[in-house]
Amino acid sequence: MPDEPTTSARPRDAALGTGLGRVLLLVYGTFALSASARALVQISTHFGEAPLAYVLSALAGLVYIAATVGLAVGGVRGRLIALVSCSIELIGVLVVGTLSIADAVAFPDDTVWSRYGSGYGYVPLILPFIGLWWIWRRRPERG
Amino acid sequence: MNGPLSVATIVVALLLAAWYFLRSALDRAPSRLDLLTMGGLSALVAVLVVVAVIGLFDGPRPSDTATFGGYLITTICFAPVTAWLAKMEPTRWGSLILGVGAVVLPVLVLRLQQIASVTGA
Repeated sequence: MPDEPTTSARPRDAALGTGLGRVLLLVYGTFALSASARALVQISTHFGEAPLAYVLSALAGLVYIAATVGLAVGGVRGRLIALVSCSIELIGVLVVGTLSIADAVAFPDDTVWSRYGSGYGYVPLILPFIGLWWIWRRRPERG
Repeated sequence: MNGPLSVATIVVALLLAAWYFLRSALDRAPSRLDLLTMGGLSALVAVLVVVAVIGLFDGPRPSDTATFGGYLITTICFAPVTAWLAKMEPTRWGSLILGVGAVVLPVLVLRLQQIASVTGA
């Protein structure tokens, strides 16, 4: 492969999972794995300790899986899946983040979204913004 | 799990990450060498994981063996998956993929160390 600059010369409405989308694919995939694996361990070993937190963990895992699939599938359906899951993700991280600070008793154990994802370098807080921006940028041209 | 091998992996991964981020910032697609160094990092990580697996059979086991195993599998797969994704993306974003992958690997190694250090009775 020749070593020369090859920047994104793709059309604006190219596939959702190319360019920056492929970076998002990697990051969402990583979070899908870590969030759902974490939920699986929490629920299977000590569900009784913090049921609400663990159910939210599982929900977060599912949302990340859906976003990953949506980005990978692309097209009208993939966009819709990605849009819905990124929106839920944004609401989730804001609501859970706020609640975990305001009402620490309800969240004795951490989820990905606790304290706005501080345990994950605040990436869960930034990610939905980048995701939504990306989906908006790669919107199909009208007409 | 706490040996010089882990430290070497973390340092190499971070240095590579800096390089990949620089390449991405300069709008360069991953070169053949970039992909090869990621392959080298994969090999280093594979050695680390094999050593950790041998340690599982010979020595104190982490109290959370299932989680530890899960992390080991994730860790050994992560760099190859990153390189594969980057290979499909011959743009600056491919370099960014390599950079993100090289940043996540040290986190995985640190988590492995954390889990390994808790050896329950």
